[in-house]
Amino acid sequence: MSFWLVLTVNSITFGGLLFLLASGFSLIFGLMRIPNLTHGSLFMLGAYFGATFTNDLLGLKLNFWIAALLASALAALFGALLERLLLRRLSGQASAQVLVTLGVSFMVADLCLMAWGGDPISVNSPASLAGFVRVGPLAFPLYRLGIIVIASIVAVALWLLLDRTRLGAMIRAGVDDADMARVVGIRVSQLFTIVFALGAALAAFAGIIGAPILSVYPGLDQDMLPLALVVVIIGGSGSLLGSFLGSLIIGFIYNFGQALLPELAYFVLFLPMLLVLLLKPQGLFGRFVP
Amino acid sequence: MNNRIIPLAIGFILLAALPYWIPGVYYLNVASQILFYAVFAIGVNILAGYAGLVSLGHAALFGVAAYTTGYMLQIGFGHPAAILTAFGVTALAAAVYAVVSLRTSGIGYIMITLAIGQIAWGLAYRWISVTNGDNGVSLHGRPAPFGIALSSPTAFYYTTLIVFLISIAAVAIFVRSPMGAALKGTRDQARRMNALGYHVWAIRFWATMFSGLLTTAAAILFVYYNQFMSPQTVALTASAEVLLMVIAGGASTLFGPAVGAALVVIVKNVVSAYITRWNFLLGAIFVAIVIFMPEGLVPGSVRLWRLMFSSRSEDKSAQTGVTEPSP
Amino acid sequence: MTALVVSELRKSFGGLHVTRGVNLNIEPGERRLIIGPNGAGKTTLFNLITGEISPDAGSIQLLGKDITSVPSRRRPHLGLARTYQIITLFPNDTILHNVSLALLGLSPLRWNPFIDMKRQGHIVEDARAALKQVGLDKIAERPLAQTSYGERRRVEIAMALAQKPKVLLLDEPFAGLSIDERRDVHQCLMAIPRDVTMIMIEHNMDVALEFAERITLLHFGEVIVEGTRSDVVNDPRTREVYLGH
Repeated sequence: MSFWLVLTVNSITFGGLLFLLASGFSLIFGLMRIPNLTHGSLFMLGAYFGATFTNDLLGLKLNFWIAALLASALAALFGALLERLLLRRLSGQASAQVLVTLGVSFMVADLCLMAWGGDPISVNSPASLAGFVRVGPLAFPLYRLGIIVIASIVAVALWLLLDRTRLGAMIRAGVDDADMARVVGIRVSQLFTIVFALGAALAAFAGIIGAPILSVYPGLDQDMLPLALVVVIIGGSGSLLGSFLGSLIIGFIYNFGQALLPELAYFVLFLPMLLVLLLKPQGLFGRFVP
Repeated sequence: MNNRIIPLAIGFILLAALPYWIPGVYYLNVASQILFYAVFAIGVNILAGYAGLVSLGHAALFGVAAYTTGYMLQIGFGHPAAILTAFGVTALAAAVYAVVSLRTSGIGYIMITLAIGQIAWGLAYRWISVTNGDNGVSLHGRPAPFGIALSSPTAFYYTTLIVFLISIAAVAIFVRSPMGAALKGTRDQARRMNALGYHVWAIRFWATMFSGLLTTAAAILFVYYNQFMSPQTVALTASAEVLLMVIAGGASTLFGPAVGAALVVIVKNVVSAYITRWNFLLGAIFVAIVIFMPEGLVPGSVRLWRLMFSSRSEDKSAQTGVTEPSP
Repeated sequence: MTALVVSELRKSFGGLHVTRGVNLNIEPGERRLIIGPNGAGKTTLFNLITGEISPDAGSIQLLGKDITSVPSRRRPHLGLARTYQIITLFPNDTILHNVSLALLGLSPLRWNPFIDMKRQGHIVEDARAALKQVGLDKIAERPLAQTSYGERRRVEIAMALAQKPKVLLLDEPFAGLSIDERRDVHQCLMAIPRDVTMIMIEHNMDVALEFAERITLLHFGEVIVEGTRSDVVNDPRTREVYLGH
């Protein structure tokens, strides 16, 4: 019994983390129609950043939360530059843009290797969330529960942004029909930059939040990117609700799969994605067909 | 075509005589690698270049062929049986790959092939009973057809050269054929081709099978060369690298993928002796080419050559050889 | 045997009813003009006939054969050809190659991966003949990118003619053309022999009326008026549809 409970809590935690990662990916894909292949790299960058500042690697020790915000801000800047300097030159050429994000992901991965070396780095959970919560004979790390809360807060914040603000309305219009949005006077190219930056920030934030659980290592980007892809395909692109539910579903499949069918774990994860692509290509809640 | 004969002839002579002018076995082996990676790239180009289907999961087919060969040899079969089985199994895999991925096109195709590639990688990593997981599959020795031991670098080089030349010839014939014209048509205007009476799905299916055939040949050479096979070869980086070869050299051109293969293999092997972070360099080259010379090195160089040496400049707006595929 | 019969054809996209029970009866050799304001569902009707979209209800008969469930790629093989409102030619190739592709579409050779396409004499000859029909044989080797808009419209027509259709659908063949270009296209179309039935969608009234023998007026997906040129032109409902009163 306790085995299942622990697995369930871990699944929800991981789902929360995935949501932080996938929501950015979904927004970018929904608005710009490109699967951002640097998303995993941004996650990893955020995680490495977190490792540096909390482990006192640069002689500078920051509060975990401040480091998280700083990492997100830097990632947002990076994302904005990437979009403005590289992707915008190729506007209209979706395949070329995807390839550029692929190339950049190689570059970022190697830079991380250069800067932080090849050994995995573990990151301590923030002091404010250290310790355990006891439920009967079980002890759940407070940090894991904290992730669930953080992910929920971010989900609500994103929902408010998209549903209640003018920027959100413009984003939703752009996701529905970018050409029409332009005609109506929305500065879609500016929107692209903003959304890309936002997505990058979310990815980096997810990375640093996830670092205490996943630790940081070369190849983290390649482990996380496919998961973001699966969530968005299953949940549907451009849909916040889809990303939310998709993240939970994948969180469960991933954890239960690893525990029960380790040899086929990857297969179990991607099979639903393939099925969705074949049967309902726009995903559960998606706005368009990729 | 006539003004191509001389450079082609020179190229052929250089390649044929390579073991005699190359400075050492190390470089001879690099040449072999370039050749079988070129075959892989040529195979991918059929889809990414001529069909307009950017396959981000091609390493899956490569992996199936390589692992099949390794597995068959491990359980005791001889080389001919292993090789034939690899062709058969990969053909089946390519058919499945086609049926699943051809439900979509454009960005959807990129994503679904990415997913297939990931599944294959996951299987390679976890299906330990067959693939031995992270430890990989080791081979012992290379075949010795007609008594010629391919363990000799020179003999192996000539084998790869022959396979390479056959592949180039096959694709050259295909591209000039009606079916090749039809395939390129589906890249440019799929909807129109359908309206003209073509079976677009079937054309793309057979293109995938042809691509799978070349991929199998390249993978078999790869696994015999390295005497080893690991999940790393099926990872996303592998699919990305071969795609880079195609795009860097020039998609939809005959020799572009080969030039791209040469570029990537040289950077990996030779340059990496001097620069440790070759992945970064690779990524940077990729980005630079996609932005500044999107049609690839081969057409791009030809264009530059003409610009430099002709009086009137031919301004053709350069688009990636990987055209935006029509739905 | 009628050339084309459309019966009670219906199509909706979500809540939008684009085609509402359209009936058409087109005789062999006829020159039929389909007119109607924007949004009347004319191009959708063509898309239904060619099979690019499938109807919600109704049937289509081509030369006596029910083709309602025949896939769109088979319909050219049964004698149906079409030109498009937006030019969708193959930009990287010569005009000759564009027309050759049209010819190849109906030939079993299209599955052949071995022979050299350029050496297929009969295909090249037939392509040149089709180009001659539209007056473009002199510039057959010109890359499409270097042709004018009017020339491209004629290439579209050549491609359709190359497939030796029995029923030819022309979607706004005169759109965007200058007066001279319009005259050229008009000449090609008038020269097409009677064994080809022609159905045209067009907004450009002066040229279209000259072409039409029977006219069908479509509005909001329904046939409002149908008859000879004078019938339709003089019908008060036509005025109503176009002028609102």
